[in-house]
Amino acid sequence: MSNFHDGVVAHQFDDAEQQKETVNLGMWSFLITEVMMFGALFAAYGFYRFKYPQAWIEGSNYLDYLLGAFNTAVLICSSLTMAMAVHAAQHAKRKQIIVFLILTIILGGVFIGVKVVEYADKFEHHLVPGHNFSVDSPFANQVELFYSFYFIMTGLHALHMLIGFGIIATLVVMAYRNRFSEAYYAPVEMTGLYWHFVDIVWIFLFPFLYLIGRG
Amino acid sequence: MSTTVEASHHSGTGENYLTAGYGLKSWLMTTDHKRIAILYLLSISLFFVIGGLFAVLIRIELLTPAGDLVSADSYNKLFTLHGLVMIFFFLVPSIPAVFGNFLIPIMIGARDLAFPKVNLASWYVFTIGGLFTFAVVLAGGVDTGWTFYTPYSSTYSKTAVGLTAIGVFITGFSSILTGLNFVVTIHKMRAPGLTWFRLPLFIWAHYATSLIMLLGTPVVAISILLVFLERVFGIGIFDPALGGDPVLFQHLFWFYSHPAVYIMILPSMGVMSELIACFCRKRIFGYSFVAFSSLAIAVLGFLVWGHHMFTSSQSIYAGMVFSILTMMVAIPSAVKVFNWAATMYGGSISYETPMMYAFGFLGLFTIGGLTGLFLGALGLDVHVHDTYFVVAHFHYIMVGGAIMGYLGALHFWWPKMFGRLYPEAWAKLSSIVIFIGFNLTFFPQFLVGYLGMPRRYHVYPDEFQIFHVLSTAGASILAIGYAFPVVYLIWSLVRGEKAGPNPWNAKGLEWTVPSPPTTFNFDETPVVTEEAYDYSRPVEGKVV
Ligand code: HEM
Ligand SMILES: [Cu+2]
Repeated sequence: MSNFHDGVVAHQFDDAEQQKETVNLGMWSFLITEVMMFGALFAAYGFYRFKYPQAWIEGSNYLDYLLGAFNTAVLICSSLTMAMAVHAAQHAKRKQIIVFLILTIILGGVFIGVKVVEYADKFEHHLVPGHNFSVDSPFANQVELFYSFYFIMTGLHALHMLIGFGIIATLVVMAYRNRFSEAYYAPVEMTGLYWHFVDIVWIFLFPFLYLIGRG
Repeated sequence: MSTTVEASHHSGTGENYLTAGYGLKSWLMTTDHKRIAILYLLSISLFFVIGGLFAVLIRIELLTPAGDLVSADSYNKLFTLHGLVMIFFFLVPSIPAVFGNFLIPIMIGARDLAFPKVNLASWYVFTIGGLFTFAVVLAGGVDTGWTFYTPYSSTYSKTAVGLTAIGVFITGFSSILTGLNFVVTIHKMRAPGLTWFRLPLFIWAHYATSLIMLLGTPVVAISILLVFLERVFGIGIFDPALGGDPVLFQHLFWFYSHPAVYIMILPSMGVMSELIACFCRKRIFGYSFVAFSSLAIAVLGFLVWGHHMFTSSQSIYAGMVFSILTMMVAIPSAVKVFNWAATMYGGSISYETPMMYAFGFLGLFTIGGLTGLFLGALGLDVHVHDTYFVVAHFHYIMVGGAIMGYLGALHFWWPKMFGRLYPEAWAKLSSIVIFIGFNLTFFPQFLVGYLGMPRRYHVYPDEFQIFHVLSTAGASILAIGYAFPVVYLIWSLVRGEKAGPNPWNAKGLEWTVPSPPTTFNFDETPVVTEEAYDYSRPVEGKVV
């Protein structure tokens, strides 16, 4: 219990090593719950996809896959900058941490911006399920169902990104105040895991939503 | 599982976690797992009383065949709120959030859980979810049943389903956070020498419970969120008129909610192992079988959800598979019961109150589990599905099993938590009253259910009245039985005899520290050198 109260190792841990492993396992466990949550949505999506293949393809064809592809590229880049931020944190390079974190937010912001354009477009074309939906199709209801999944899944994903912005912004402030050191950078590393997870979700969403009609 | 503690049983000063601060803020901002356990104890006790009041109204209504006390609509709201409150706000958090919180760190020789702030957050999340549920009552209640079946819940119900859904959604996160904390703590915070197979079985049970919380809860959270979105935005995921499939909801719901029934019973099983070892003064027979059966229950529990859907549109082949898997999930439960019985065999059993509850658990859980097999049998279930037979089945397990375990735990660890002994004679008397009241309440329900009384109706044919009268009479006795502990436990806080560190002469790290424990539990990290429940060696911390 040497560094019992030095602020870096919390009181419940014996040493920094134990703290690090524990925080790591905690984050992975959290991500597993996230997998289950998105997993349930994907399962429901898959169920209807097999039930209504025709409608799913039709719905997919109304989506702009170029915008989707662009956003995929943007997100992958943001994963890269996030990884660089973690790397910088490991070596306690304060300036680099801040720069890469801000880049990550900017790229994420571009993604959200494109998403807003896409959502607005759906409004204009009456592709928002519920009160603003009409397509000319024998499977209008089922296409509407596709769009329900589109909005719920991409919406939940976007919500995760917005939460990510908040966390990363906090990290920027912490880095600015010089809170990180070679011994203590777990918050950056954990946020990195979270961010990569959010990206991976999109890597699945993109083909499932945008590409299925274009085989 | 005692230790070669270089430690100090008393920190001399007399300071403990209860006296570490007195203001309201010292409680509401605490990160001490023991104080958070007390916060949970207070909250869930409140919910237990509320859920109980709904039950009282239900039982009074059912006294007569006519619907004379409340209207059909109000009756729907009563059983819905009763189920919701009891399941999501009492049983799911009960043993884990109170005794798991309090004991896991101490039992494994740690100063706290891995994430104390997350632990506090979980209580706040729980409280917010609870406030939503109060709001639901103010908004006129909800009538979908605790199961939220679509399309009734998503399309037709005119009651506060949205508010309820959000409340349950939020509360789900408190159990995710608790489960996450436990898993990580058990993996990473064990004292030196405390290997997995030296852990108390209480810890194994909580480990398995936490896995279910982590894997199952997010699924029910998202399903209930879908119901909410469907109501608010008029989308049709579960609405057949719009191409949706209401049965999909049942699949998603039971994917969590069958495992969730094990969230409710596994911790009780963990308590059982502690009680039986202590009051038979023996190591649990087949320790590793009991430990692994908890994991087996957690895993198999995820594969049987279809037994709630034999009469839905689920295919007959799926039904057969689920039926067989359901039979299999009973095996690990039976392994436990047989091992406990074998532990008692030849043990020097003493009949203190916690052990009375252990006996109660064994008998009632066995009846509940065996009738579960009746229900799991595809053919028979078509006859008894949605009857009082099912109601009796799960009350035998959840009230007869889980709450008996909860009360056993409450009596066993009460002296540890508050440093006071309760009056044994009163406690024993109330355990007997509860046992009698319980059986009188629920056994008739097996019979009336088998005869065809459907669940969730408040008007019924005259010939069923005798069963309902018996049941209501039993419920009155049960209520008295539950009222006793409230009185004598509170009394004991002021007047009870002071408890030493180890009033039961039990094994286990929690009995080596003072009662009540100090804020950081141990002055010196203990080193564990022996198996759990090694009653062949002298007991530590005994003060007679
Ligand atoms: C021993 C293993 C068990 C088996 C084989 C079993 C089997 C079943 C089956 C087949 C049903 C569906 C009956 C129907 O709706 O027609 C059922 C319902 C139920 N069981 Fe069990 N069960 C077991 C253990 C448990 C446990 C441990 C709990 C709770 C702690 C529990 C709680 C419930 C509940 C709450 C329901 C009714 C749910 C509802 O429709 O509201 N069961 N059980
Ligand atoms: Cu079940």
